[in-house]
Amino acid sequence: MALSAEDRALLRALWKKLGSNVGVYTTEALERTFLAFPATKTYFSHLDLSPGSAQVRAHGQKVADALSLAVERLDDLPRALSALSHLHARQLRVDPASFQLLGHCLLVTLARHYPGDFSPALQASLDKFLSHVISALASEYQ
Amino acid sequence: MSNFTAEDKAAITSLWAKVNVEDAGGETLGRLLVVYPWTQRFFDSFGSLSSPSAIMGNPKVKAHGVKVLTSLGEAIKNLDDLKGTFGQLSELHCDKLHVDPENFRLLGNVLVTVLAILYGKEFTPEVQASWQKMVAGVASALASRYH
Repeated sequence: MALSAEDRALLRALWKKLGSNVGVYTTEALERTFLAFPATKTYFSHLDLSPGSAQVRAHGQKVADALSLAVERLDDLPRALSALSHLHARQLRVDPASFQLLGHCLLVTLARHYPGDFSPALQASLDKFLSHVISALASEYQ
Repeated sequence: MSNFTAEDKAAITSLWAKVNVEDAGGETLGRLLVVYPWTQRFFDSFGSLSSPSAIMGNPKVKAHGVKVLTSLGEAIKNLDDLKGTFGQLSELHCDKLHVDPENFRLLGNVLVTVLAILYGKEFTPEVQASWQKMVAGVASALASRYH
């Protein structure tokens, strides 16, 4: 189901609130993912994954930038994310199931930091948005 | 996979002690029905589920959510034998209720987000990891007698 006008409004409002802190939350989401779903660490054997790692923070910022781009291009996600999809499919070869795990941990992170904003409607819109992003990211796999 | 360390058990039981099942039950089941609308398929007899506010305010949703979390509370007392604890419920969900076990995973993850909302500061990555083990163990136990 496509993102409705309400979904988009909620997402844009949230992103405005997150401001320049998106990277902080995506980094925390990565840390949560590595702890809760240890198999995901297999993709990062080349990085220092210890708490507070600058490399994880740098990766978190990359994820943040991609999500912020997605929020700007809600009408055109497959095209906006096609290069990233190609990268993850061909070079990084990350199993798309991992994206779900990171998506879930991002929801948990935002729920933890913005409990007052995290209404059922926002949770639904965010979950939908992340599904669309994940779907676009997986689009070049097969 | 469901081998809980002492730290896991401590994280799970100490957080659970704070949970108000009356409130958390309705929130958890309600959010499942809002975020994943196809899960409403099991609740045709519940009356109005037509909007997030209808769902979150529906007394049958709340009551059923409380039932589910109460059962979870029992499981938390028996973390080393989740399969034993949920054996009969597993048969019920398969034979009578016909619930796809994927729904247990969805509900477990919604519970995790509700705990993050309610217990933000304490819901550290480590605590979340213990709870993910918990909800995965419950989902697996509930699916264990499917045939």
